[in-house]
Amino acid sequence: MSAGAAASPARLPGAAVAQPAILLHVRDVHARLGGAHILQGVDFDVPGRGVTALLGRNGVGKTTTLRAILGIVPRSGTVTFDGQPLDGLATFRVILRGIGYVPEDRDVFAGLTVAENLRLAERRGVPPRYDLVFDLFPDLAARRRQAAGTLSGGQQQMLSIARALLNPARLLLVDEPSKGLSPRLVGETVAALARIAEDIPVLLVEQNLAAVRKLAEHVLVMAEGRIVHAGPAADFLADAALTQTLLGVSAGTGAQA
Amino acid sequence: MSTIVLLALTGIGLAGLYFLVASGLTLIFGLMRVLNFAHGAFLLLGGYCAWLLGAQLMDAAGNVSNAGFLAMLIAALAAGAVIGTLTELVLIRPLYRREFAQVLVTVGLGLVVGALVMGIWGGDPRNFPAPPWTHGIVRILGANVPASRFLLIGVALLVLVALVAFLRHTRYGLIVRAGVENRTMVSALGIDVRRAFTLVFALGGALAGLSGALAGVYFGAVSPGLGSMLLIDAFIVVVIGGLGSITGSALAALAVGLLQQFANYYFTGIGDLAIVLLLAVVLLVRPRGMLGAST
Amino acid sequence: MTRAPGTQPRRFAGRVTLAVIVLLLVAVPWLDLPTAGLLPDRLNAPGSLQLLGLCLVFGALAMTYDLLFGFTGLLSFGHALFFAAGAYTFAIAATVFHLSGPAALALTLGVALLLPLVIGAISLRTTGIAFAMVTLAFAQAGAVIVGQDPGHATGGELGLGLAYDHLPQFLVGVANTRYLYWICLALVVVVAGIIWWISGSVTGRVWQAIRDNERRVQVLGLRPYVFKLVAFVAASFLAALCGIAWLLLVGGANPGITTAEFTLSLLVMVVLGGAGTRWGALAGGVLYTFLDQRLAALAGSPAIQSLPTALRVPLSQPLFVLGIVFMLVILFRPGGIASLFGMHGSQPARRRWLAWLGRGAARR
Ligand SMILES: Nc1ncnc2c1ncn2[C@@H]1O[C@H](COP(=O)(O)OP(=O)(O)OP(=O)(O)O)[C@@H](O)[C@H]1O
Ligand SMILES: [Mg+2]
Repeated sequence: MSAGAAASPARLPGAAVAQPAILLHVRDVHARLGGAHILQGVDFDVPGRGVTALLGRNGVGKTTTLRAILGIVPRSGTVTFDGQPLDGLATFRVILRGIGYVPEDRDVFAGLTVAENLRLAERRGVPPRYDLVFDLFPDLAARRRQAAGTLSGGQQQMLSIARALLNPARLLLVDEPSKGLSPRLVGETVAALARIAEDIPVLLVEQNLAAVRKLAEHVLVMAEGRIVHAGPAADFLADAALTQTLLGVSAGTGAQA
Repeated sequence: MSTIVLLALTGIGLAGLYFLVASGLTLIFGLMRVLNFAHGAFLLLGGYCAWLLGAQLMDAAGNVSNAGFLAMLIAALAAGAVIGTLTELVLIRPLYRREFAQVLVTVGLGLVVGALVMGIWGGDPRNFPAPPWTHGIVRILGANVPASRFLLIGVALLVLVALVAFLRHTRYGLIVRAGVENRTMVSALGIDVRRAFTLVFALGGALAGLSGALAGVYFGAVSPGLGSMLLIDAFIVVVIGGLGSITGSALAALAVGLLQQFANYYFTGIGDLAIVLLLAVVLLVRPRGMLGAST
Repeated sequence: MTRAPGTQPRRFAGRVTLAVIVLLLVAVPWLDLPTAGLLPDRLNAPGSLQLLGLCLVFGALAMTYDLLFGFTGLLSFGHALFFAAGAYTFAIAATVFHLSGPAALALTLGVALLLPLVIGAISLRTTGIAFAMVTLAFAQAGAVIVGQDPGHATGGELGLGLAYDHLPQFLVGVANTRYLYWICLALVVVVAGIIWWISGSVTGRVWQAIRDNERRVQVLGLRPYVFKLVAFVAASFLAALCGIAWLLLVGGANPGITTAEFTLSLLVMVVLGGAGTRWGALAGGVLYTFLDQRLAALAGSPAIQSLPTALRVPLSQPLFVLGIVFMLVILFRPGGIASLFGMHGSQPARRRWLAWLGRGAARR
């Protein structure tokens, strides 16, 4: 259970823990929601270091993919994390294997204070890394007693990331952290993620290609419930024709998709 | 003046009873989105357990000592907690993610327990043994108020304070509060929310059981119809207060109890109609109730 | 649309079976057969016909609830109100206002149409659990009013016996129970006919689409509110018809039919039979009523009386047995009785109709 998470007390910045080449295998994952076949055989790998960006137009199933990996939405197919299958596990067990999740739209608990949101993430027998998260997001330390619902969008995003980082994780799933943030806040969030990614591999869903360019080493592109492109980020972003066909934008300008 | 005092205190006493039933319902609904139709059955079992024990402990005049009465209340509480826990483990948990089936299964359990109580103890009201002081009268501002009203008010306040403290200051309280907002996200933090499910069922069952015994004191008797009668009142309270909100339930219980008493007195017997109308109006104006969660 | 080969003959066979069953049911009052203790008496004795009539009425009533809940996805906790409105309005019209049969019927039908129109129009402004609660509130209001006995019209707790002086003579007397039985049978045929016709119509398809995904219906440019209101009024109107038949059969109205428990028992019937299947609800209603009535009688039988107390007491409570069966169905057979016969809400048909709806909206 939590043994796996406790076994890798990764600290930032820090001691590189030996990571396997491929950390997460996703094979032939299907998911249906409300009668619609949303994921239609998703296959990809996430390497054990750096940021892997999952791209695609709105509504292709990126969020659903993350939720399927975590068992939040029912799925078929196999997902292997660090050599162990995650199939059939309840969501909380998947998380305790050492995955941190930063959902789309933050999903902080609005009625709870910042401190309570973080305290909720604490686990028995695992020392919470408050020094780490408050070092990354000093703003949160000052707002411990504020209700999370009254935080600004950017602060909520910080809290959501902090919550996922409070326990040592071996992989972070981060869903559109830049959504709805001003350019300056996007910059801050990207900087924070870059620091985090030095130490923990990240699977990042992102529409902002500028952010992808700064962070990602690999990209996966989804269309119609499948992965249609996988490869190095630099090559993909340099290929204007490819970004145009797959995402409907030209990456050349670095504009928001 | 004395009439108003009497009506107000009786209304608040009734509100206490409503709150005890409603608080468990609202916690269960808030966390699990299950309207628990077996809550009346929990109440009934608590009431009859207390009555059974009381029948052993009482003297010839039908009185029990204070210690005996406390034992009766604890028995009711324990019976409710046990049936609540079993319900969650045996009936609700296998139907995980099928919320409508969960509601239906509680409907079935309500039928079964009601029929069982009817079969074993019959349909007639059974006199409920209590200490003599609960039958006494307290003179306050010129009004003669039955002492049992104060018992209900006291217990309800105690439970309210304890519940709020539990929700504010304990880890499980934190989990429940977070789960009421978004239980998927709670499990996505690595927490087994299903334990919290069992807990709220146990807690709700305990409170329902306790209210069964207190209803026995308030009405002077327990009968098989008690469960469904108080269940409907509690539903109304929970919905007016906003599903999932403890303070909402407390306020709504107060509004409903007072409205019922005053309407009954000033417009002879219109109390039940008044609270139903209040419910309809609140729902149509604010479909989520007074303090309802926004999801 | 092309039909799968074999559908035509099967449909024909189905119709023949249905006709035979209906004819057999029509003939029951002439069939002097033993019933092996299943019914209180020989098959065509008044007591048996009364019980069969009761089963038919509640079967029809369960179908009307299925229309609302299984078909359109509207979970109402107030359906009993409309059944009770039918029964009480007719009883009051005949007994208190001394109206003739046709006049009482006309008045009741008017109420049966107007009451759900008003209540539905208000309640349907809410959805989901709030809708369930508003309908519960209205039904409770009805129950309270009936219990209060305003102007001695409803008889309060005691109920209201139906005065037959202005009603047709064939409705009166034990010897005429067969006519009441036929009325109940006619009720089932009429209710089933209307439900089949309306649920097969475009409106019925929209109802199913609303149940499956209301948002999608909205996106297609249709107003779910109007369709839901039509479903609510139709189901409630038919429930009121059932109320009239029940009143005639039982000979009086009592406040038991106004309670929330009564609506819950309808829910049990529908789920027991198989929600959304129509036949299932009919079967569930018939079975529930039969068990509810006969288990009590069976419990008095020597076989049960000789059992040890721990078994005898629960088994002598029909609702205990029904509740257990109900829970087992939910846990292990969510499709109800209908699923035993391979009947499910048909998925492909549903999808076809969604596609059809899409085309219709696009054309506009
Ligand atoms: N609960 C649900 N019921 C039915 N359909 C759903 C449900 N949740 C998501 N969908 C549909 O599944 C598809 C994929 O949704 P998803 O949220 O995974 O997209 P996404 O790629 O994350 O999009 P975005 O970039 O806008 O966040 C969408 O078409 C969405 O409408
Ligand atoms: Mg998304």
